[in-house]
Amino acid sequence: MSVDNRAEWRLGRVVESVPVARDIRRITIERPGAAAGRARPGTHLDVRVRLDGREDLRSYSVVESDEGGRRLTISVLRVPESRGGSVFMHGLQVGDELMTTQPLQNFPLRVGAIRYVLVAGGVGITALVAMARVLRELKADYTLVYVGRSREQMAYLASLAELHGDRLEVHVDDEGTSLDVTALAAGVAADPRGPGTEMYVCGPIRLMDGVRRAWADEQLPPANLRFETFGSSGWFDAEEFVVRVPQLGVETTVGSDSTMLEALTAAGADLMYDCRKGECGLCRVDIGAVDGVIDHRDVFLSGRQKQRDDAVCICVSRVVSGPDGRPPTLTLTLP
Amino acid sequence: MSLVDQDAVTAKIFPHPLNAWYAVAWDHEVSNKGLLARTIAGIPMAIYRTADGRPVALADACWHRLAPLSMGKLVGSDEVQCPYHGLRYNSAGRCTAMPAQETINPSAMVPSYPAVERYRYIWVWPGDMTLADPDLIPDMHQMDSPEWAGDGLTIEAPCNYQLILDNLMDLTHEEFVHGSSIGQAELSESEFHTRLEDDGSVTVSRWMRDVAPPPFWLKNIRDRFPDFEGHVDRWQIIHYYAPSTICIDVGVAKAGTGAPEGDRSQGVNGYVMNTITPRTERSSHYFWAFMRNYRLDSQLITTQLRNGVAGVFAEDEAMLKAQQEAIDANPEHAFYSLNIDAGGMWVRRILDRMLQAEGRTGAEAPAASPAR
Repeated sequence: MSVDNRAEWRLGRVVESVPVARDIRRITIERPGAAAGRARPGTHLDVRVRLDGREDLRSYSVVESDEGGRRLTISVLRVPESRGGSVFMHGLQVGDELMTTQPLQNFPLRVGAIRYVLVAGGVGITALVAMARVLRELKADYTLVYVGRSREQMAYLASLAELHGDRLEVHVDDEGTSLDVTALAAGVAADPRGPGTEMYVCGPIRLMDGVRRAWADEQLPPANLRFETFGSSGWFDAEEFVVRVPQLGVETTVGSDSTMLEALTAAGADLMYDCRKGECGLCRVDIGAVDGVIDHRDVFLSGRQKQRDDAVCICVSRVVSGPDGRPPTLTLTLP
Repeated sequence: MSLVDQDAVTAKIFPHPLNAWYAVAWDHEVSNKGLLARTIAGIPMAIYRTADGRPVALADACWHRLAPLSMGKLVGSDEVQCPYHGLRYNSAGRCTAMPAQETINPSAMVPSYPAVERYRYIWVWPGDMTLADPDLIPDMHQMDSPEWAGDGLTIEAPCNYQLILDNLMDLTHEEFVHGSSIGQAELSESEFHTRLEDDGSVTVSRWMRDVAPPPFWLKNIRDRFPDFEGHVDRWQIIHYYAPSTICIDVGVAKAGTGAPEGDRSQGVNGYVMNTITPRTERSSHYFWAFMRNYRLDSQLITTQLRNGVAGVFAEDEAMLKAQQEAIDANPEHAFYSLNIDAGGMWVRRILDRMLQAEGRTGAEAPAASPAR
């Protein structure tokens, strides 16, 4: 659990790009620099993607690396409704170059827990592949729960089954074997090792939110539920919407491939932020009025706070149109 | 295998492996009443025990603004509260409380280094936690075996840890540094044998037969044989366990009673236990103890031996400090080796291989860096 969180940017080169599931490509990047050892489980790369002439930052979990940590493999899901980073990443070909950090750690695996349950939803498997492999090497007691809509959308299914055997538990929505998060948490709580069990979750916000609620309902220790979110997943598909800050005289349109923070900043609003993945809460702004439904994508506001809909983390959260179908609009109020 | 340049092996400022267990404290220094701040392998750590006595070593810097957690306080059964803004961490390093918000940032945590209590020390593993196997803790069983008694202290040595290993792997220096206690001319006159063992440890053995015991050993043998007069057979058998533990089987027996052949019944046997923990490139925590296997019930002898060895080791400390200062004052000068350095050179080679396995090398150390 080293503190590898100070980014060192280098120009990397794509050495492999192959499909590993529907809309998911496995991309291996060779990054120059001194040998840093094999990428630790839970690490991710930040990469600079180019979108319509501007640069942006995306984070992708490291699936595997070589011994020296110079050849780093990620896997990217192409998100059709967004014209954003995933499309750029899918367009990369062998030999292309892009700026990338070393593996950064925000989701470390703690060694020594009595039992582990890893829960992956869809492309979230990328954050857990290396963890499961290390737990197997450590002869730890672990279960890898892998959830997907259909098998063809689930990357690495065959190799995971081969490596982990009975420790892999697969749930496929279109086969009628969807994951019951309540039963999952109840199973952890019913086990005598429950209080010492650690759960690591990576997946879409619905899955993570469901697991969080079930974990809390079972009164399992909150610190033993670990999850990673890059703020990229929402309750609804991203739509274009309008945001206004009357106090600043700003009104702008937030494209489906952009964030509220980006759009407001581009329109001249000088707003505070830091993490840009919905964790720190510095970008929270009070809501004056909303036409549509807020898609709270952050993990800073509590469920109670999100229900009140009186504040929003503008780095990740969005607005979508409501049942009346009117164009979604959000009015923000500064203190 | 092929011959390689020895520059890395003879580095003056030797880097320390990270994938290793290092003693961080004596068992009695770590409690569930408060936090101990100690830097291990360049990493500041906040060390404590949980309510049920388990040792914990957290990185000594809050995730938020890096305030030292060691200035904070212990709360609940296993948590530390940051002294600055009150963030709390459990023994796994996970944040459990944040001020002024209803949720906890999922990224908020500090490293919790694997920590194990064994042989009267708390050991920590500062490197890749997936490799932290407690079976790799070096064998220091004499420390808490009922067949041995003794005690020790810690020296905060102002030098690179490798200089201490060099010191302990060649005891010829006793003749010159410790002339009034354990030194004698026969040390540099007697033969010694250096051997790389199958288990990866290194042994240096030296027997001095039919010699007059120096003052320290005359006292010890008279503790067991009060009327003893005359010559002894003296031994020093040095056992090195990577990365930085050296246990030295020492003793004297009445001359000619068969000690070299294995019969030590007419002698006294001690074990000098040393485990050296790099603190920074130029400072080390040097944990030592002197254990004996005779007159186990005598606290007087335990205290006398501890105080006596402390006096001897103070002479080493003065030399190591002066040596480090001379190394830093002469950046253009290299080390040269002598015949007597065989043990220390095996240690250096083993350490260099450990560093290589971590993708590092002894040559990474700057040839001429200023004293810190």
